[in-house]
Amino acid sequence: MIIFEDVSKFYGEILGVNRINLSISRGITSLVGPNGSGKTTLMNLMSGLLQPTQGSISVLGISPNRPEKLFRKLGYCAQFDSFPRGITGRNFIQSFLEISGYTRQEATDLTNKALTRVNLVEAASRKVDGYSKGMRQRIRLAQAIAHNPEVLVLDEPLNGLDPMARAEVIALFRDLSAQGMYLIVSSHILHEVDMMSDRVVLINNGYIVADGDTRGVRSEMQEHPLQILIRCDRPSILAAKVFQQDDVVEARLHKDRQGLFIKTVHPEKFYLVFNKIVLEEQLKIESIHPVDDDLNAVYQYLIGSEGS
Amino acid sequence: MSSKVEVYASEVERETSSWGLWGRQIWAIFRSELKKNIFNRRAIFFYLLASFPVLLFSTFLFAQGFEALSLSVVLFFGCSWLFINLFRSEVMDKSLHYYFLTPVRRELLVVAKYFSAVVISSTLFSIVTAISLFFIYTPRGYEAGMQYFFEGPGLSQALAYIGITVLGCIGYGSIFLLFGLFFRNPIIPAVFLYGWEMINFLLPPILKKLSIIFYLQSLTPIKLSVGPYAIVAEPASPWIAIPSMLLLTAVVLFLTCLKVRKMEISYGNE
Repeated sequence: MIIFEDVSKFYGEILGVNRINLSISRGITSLVGPNGSGKTTLMNLMSGLLQPTQGSISVLGISPNRPEKLFRKLGYCAQFDSFPRGITGRNFIQSFLEISGYTRQEATDLTNKALTRVNLVEAASRKVDGYSKGMRQRIRLAQAIAHNPEVLVLDEPLNGLDPMARAEVIALFRDLSAQGMYLIVSSHILHEVDMMSDRVVLINNGYIVADGDTRGVRSEMQEHPLQILIRCDRPSILAAKVFQQDDVVEARLHKDRQGLFIKTVHPEKFYLVFNKIVLEEQLKIESIHPVDDDLNAVYQYLIGSEGS
Repeated sequence: MSSKVEVYASEVERETSSWGLWGRQIWAIFRSELKKNIFNRRAIFFYLLASFPVLLFSTFLFAQGFEALSLSVVLFFGCSWLFINLFRSEVMDKSLHYYFLTPVRRELLVVAKYFSAVVISSTLFSIVTAISLFFIYTPRGYEAGMQYFFEGPGLSQALAYIGITVLGCIGYGSIFLLFGLFFRNPIIPAVFLYGWEMINFLLPPILKKLSIIFYLQSLTPIKLSVGPYAIVAEPASPWIAIPSMLLLTAVVLFLTCLKVRKMEISYGNE
């Protein structure tokens, strides 16, 4: 487990994160929040690049103050888009592995494997300075996974990647997660986080504002009505019926007049009543789905700004 | 995941603190530093500075030239450039975190980087010292040169000057490493140190001992006149000068290790 116990970090008088208590287990955990919310601070604290002002952190029982042990288990793909001058992609990974203590032959084998995983074998002998943003992102990712760590920390790993590369990288994350790894990913691209995460931690202004799987977080917000789109043959009749229910706060026809938007504060109660109405009125239902049960809606509600 | 890879991981994991592992890590860091500091366009300043004495020694006596030029200018400024930038240039380039994200003790990183810079500077400045000596004795002819070196005091003097060069790199290097890490603008303490070293001959004996140049000059095989206004002090014996310099280096490295152990990476943006 990765454990944050009452962790705070202040940059002088400026708050980084405050009183964070968090336990992260295996699988993909996404840290989501606007810029400056404290996502990178949490990741840097976890990897020892920052020291907590108070509290303690443990990564698989290892303190981040012990890099010689921590980085045998942890790989960190940081957001800093800078590299040692004049280095090639291959040397970037190879030198990292050799400094880690691997012999040249071991480092070469692991480098080839990592380059293959991120599809950068052909460009490996070119200087990183000439790489595109997406390639730089992938070479950092290759370095982070090259030594087969158990914990992978990825700060905005999808930035700069084209859609094809994003899909490949998300597939790689899923693959690593399926192997039992801990993946901690920060992102503000919400629909991708929604697609790949087992768990979401929403951060704003240095505080954790919600934590759980996307649907779980959503259900915690009971006072926030859920919006459902129902497509059926007679939406106006349905509107008249459901609007009599206490839990329904809004019923609005879709502009194509083939559907109905309903906002309810008790979705489970609503679904029971809805079944009765359908049977009584003999409505032909085409589809039913919550329209704001995704992370973007959660984000908008809790943080008050829209994700990308 | 192949079984081969798993074997590598477990082998390295087994020896998280063995001498063998530390040796491999220091060697890898050394090679990396060598590429950064020697095979790099930025090093041109370093080469130009180092070649300065070779070009000018024909107008000096070696002993004078060594103290006035090699120690006071070339070694001082060469070491300041190299050692101040050991960590600082990587912070400026935003690449220090790559070292901090490796399974290397931060103390080991400090020692390895310092060791690399000492080897680089000592090698370069020692070669320059040797070439300068060669050029100074060349005009006397081959026979006279050989006689001076192998039958006279030439060889022991040459070795002494090279030894002083290495000790200068060790001593100045440690101080500049400290400046680079502890000061936001290390040029200011470096200028102050230069002034202090330059007026060393005017200082009372007790204050002379709080400088590096005093110990280096104490070790020179040929003692020079320091001028009519100088306050003369008894030179330190090699048994005092060398351990003092090494002790200073050990203390400075200890403080530097403490600093780097707690060092945070914040390049100024999230």
